[in-house]
Amino acid sequence: MNLAAHLPALQVVLPLAAAPLAVLLRGRGAAFMLVTLAAWAAFAVSILLWLQVNASGPISYALGSWAPPWGIEYRVDSLSALLLMLVCGIAAVVLPYARASIERELRQDVHYLFYAMFALCLAGLAGIAITGDAFNLFVFLEISSLSSYVLIALGRDRRALVAAYQYLIMGTIGATFIVVGVGLLYLKTGTLNLADMGVRLQEMTSHRPVLAALAFLTVGISLKLALFPLHQWLPNAYAYAPSAVSAFLAATATKVSVYALLRFYFSVFGETAVFKRLPMEDLMLILALAGMFVASAVAIFQHDLKRLFAYSSVAQVGYIVLGISFDSVTGLTATIAHLVNHAVTKGGLFLLLGAVMAGMGGTTLARVHGIGRVMPLTAFGIVLCGLGLIGVPGTAGFVSKWYLILAALEKGQWWLVFLIVASSLLAVAYVWRFVEAAYFHAPRADLAAVREAPAGLAIPAWTLVGATIWFGLDTSVTVGSAARAAAMLLGTGAP
Amino acid sequence: MTRDMVLRVVAKLLIPFILLFALYVQFHGDFGPGGGFQAGVILAAAMVFYAVIFGLDNARKVLPDRLVETMVAAGVLLYLGVGAAGLLLGGNFLDYFVLAADPVAGQHRGIFWIELGVAITVCGVMLKVFYLFAGRGPEEEQ
Repeated sequence: MNLAAHLPALQVVLPLAAAPLAVLLRGRGAAFMLVTLAAWAAFAVSILLWLQVNASGPISYALGSWAPPWGIEYRVDSLSALLLMLVCGIAAVVLPYARASIERELRQDVHYLFYAMFALCLAGLAGIAITGDAFNLFVFLEISSLSSYVLIALGRDRRALVAAYQYLIMGTIGATFIVVGVGLLYLKTGTLNLADMGVRLQEMTSHRPVLAALAFLTVGISLKLALFPLHQWLPNAYAYAPSAVSAFLAATATKVSVYALLRFYFSVFGETAVFKRLPMEDLMLILALAGMFVASAVAIFQHDLKRLFAYSSVAQVGYIVLGISFDSVTGLTATIAHLVNHAVTKGGLFLLLGAVMAGMGGTTLARVHGIGRVMPLTAFGIVLCGLGLIGVPGTAGFVSKWYLILAALEKGQWWLVFLIVASSLLAVAYVWRFVEAAYFHAPRADLAAVREAPAGLAIPAWTLVGATIWFGLDTSVTVGSAARAAAMLLGTGAP
Repeated sequence: MTRDMVLRVVAKLLIPFILLFALYVQFHGDFGPGGGFQAGVILAAAMVFYAVIFGLDNARKVLPDRLVETMVAAGVLLYLGVGAAGLLLGGNFLDYFVLAADPVAGQHRGIFWIELGVAITVCGVMLKVFYLFAGRGPEEEQ
């Protein structure tokens, strides 16, 4: 058995097997060790796959040795390799943090179930990114969604139950739309393999069922990726979930949905069908701009930091979709690079908010007054990530906004440059709300003796803060991979 | 309902046949409609029937909570084990062709174990859900 040839299967199987084993072991220490090891192994596998794809092109793996398009194919190309590395990397960082974090936030008898659900969620998200089969993609989407509803419902706040229920309803509607879309495509093409579908659809892109499928998939996936105005589930879900879950979902769940959208638009329907014959460019541009401005404006008026940065996530999804709406290599490069950059920044931010929760007992702005004095490192980390969200040079956010602006200029839409800068000013406003509370107020009397977060929380959080700065200075991995993936999607470069 | 003679006798008469029918559906899935999912649901239905007539405590004596939770995990592991067996015998993941000398026999063997795994997990999940709902006392609802 040559293990290297089976890496695509292991990518999903490792976390998937860790989940039932964690349930069988029951011990929270054993479950933690097992799931963390599985996540690290999955991260190693994803790096190997990324290297392999860069060296020798896309990898195809036939599950059960049934050759595609008949069997289920796992397909790793430059876009999915980057997504896999992102999802597994974030999981590998969040899991060590989760141990110290859920110790404070969750009842001890549900810890092993938390780890099992986390492993399932990771398996589902990795599965979406790796599969080359439309129905398999739907199944993995359900695995990741169902486990994330459970993870959110575990939150200490009782409102977590309502938030999870709201997400469940919205997510199920989204999943239903997606499966209707996939069903229509299957009806027209007789295949479920995404690449095969793409070939067969070329002659029939103006047929009614295909257009209906495009509409269903667009709405369904937009619900999952929280595109304005379908984002209603997101702020509560992120705000009331356990801290480790907020960080993991904020960094990966919406990003993987964006991947699914890119996959359907560019690999299945084809760029001409979506953008040249339909007014999708304008539609996505308007929704992206609305998201950027409305969500940022709403974020400014939040009283809870977790909700504030959850609304900021909706705004950042706006930037990601804005890149898609340009329908150019530069635009897609910005989109894909921002997937990674925003994931790292927002992941680090939510991990730090978990440390704030542990220290100050809550994340409302009134409670974190003077946190710059009692928890200086954590507060500084949040400010650094905030600068990343604004897009200050030297942070990852700057790189993606730079490419967005380049893409806008390429199209001659100079007015968009002003809008991108203007929405960044809104980000300055909501980050300033934290800065003001942290550095210009005295800490509450009962919270003046709070100490800095323990190393178990600080080290994973600072790993992601460090990555935010690193990706702002060295863009070879993020923008390099993103440019290759964008060229592949638009068919202008090697796959 | 413990004093209701007719219900208890009918339940005792029916449950063995329900279990037998579940096994039929399980093994006939290879040739016609049926399979692990349906068989698992029928098995769980037999247990739910038992619990409704003879009480939740008796049902918990037959299939304790701990065992039900183990079933949920064990079925998935059996499924993954078949996949890993394909890997170890030199094929791809979930490759049934290599499970026996004759590829067609290998397909039969592979789907047999896969469906067994599905049945165990589905039955476990149905019972887990039933226990969770039925075990919710009035004091917990406040």
